[in-house]
Amino acid sequence: MKTKICLLIIVVANAVGNVLLSYGMRQVGSIASYSPLELATGSLKAAGNPFVLAGVGFLILFFLAHMIVLSWADLSYILPMTSVGYILVTLLSWWLLGEQVRPARWLGAVVIMAGVALVAPTPPVTTRKP
Amino acid sequence: MTWFLLALVVGATAAGDLLQTIGMKQGGEIDDFRPGPLGRAIALVLRNRWVLLSIASFAVSFFAFLALVSVAELSFAVPATAAAYVVEILLARYILQETIGRQRWAGAVLVTVGVALVSL
Repeated sequence: MKTKICLLIIVVANAVGNVLLSYGMRQVGSIASYSPLELATGSLKAAGNPFVLAGVGFLILFFLAHMIVLSWADLSYILPMTSVGYILVTLLSWWLLGEQVRPARWLGAVVIMAGVALVAPTPPVTTRKP
Repeated sequence: MTWFLLALVVGATAAGDLLQTIGMKQGGEIDDFRPGPLGRAIALVLRNRWVLLSIASFAVSFFAFLALVSVAELSFAVPATAAAYVVEILLARYILQETIGRQRWAGAVLVTVGVALVSL
């Protein structure tokens, strides 16, 4: 049960974090050059954007949940399961950010679903000592 | 240069997840999710050397990825880094001693192919 809750937090926080970050960075505007001055002023502007800040908050939540779940669950279980996030990001960027999604990407989403369906019923913990 | 950077991204990502799993398992299963005990558990693992090494490894992977996309196309870089999935499943099997049956292997391979397709 707690594995499933952690997986849900990992997938949702990662997807929402990336979408917020992407939305906020587009408001900030593209960073034109990689000169130290441009990078510094660009980063400062980004740090003042509420969507960027919220995005970073969600990504920190993602990172902590990912760490916590690995304190008991298999890496070989968590890794494929969290790939559901790619599907969620594809859906959100199509739906909320209005991005074009090519057929290969929808096919990829279906293949990921099939893989996740195979991994999901396997035992999440195989290393616990008796 | 492209292949070197790709190997660095894949290697550092896989090493990061491996080290994080080792460190978190050393800390023991986190079971108390009230804010106080959870905060203390997190503060404790952030002092674990494997967890710290894993964070350094993720930083290497992040900057190597930035370098990679500056010399290669994004449509090559992102799907190619899906190779980390296969490397990590092998590390989980042989270093972390996880039991990976045929069904989990098949699922992991499908997920790898799917991730590569999604990012094409």
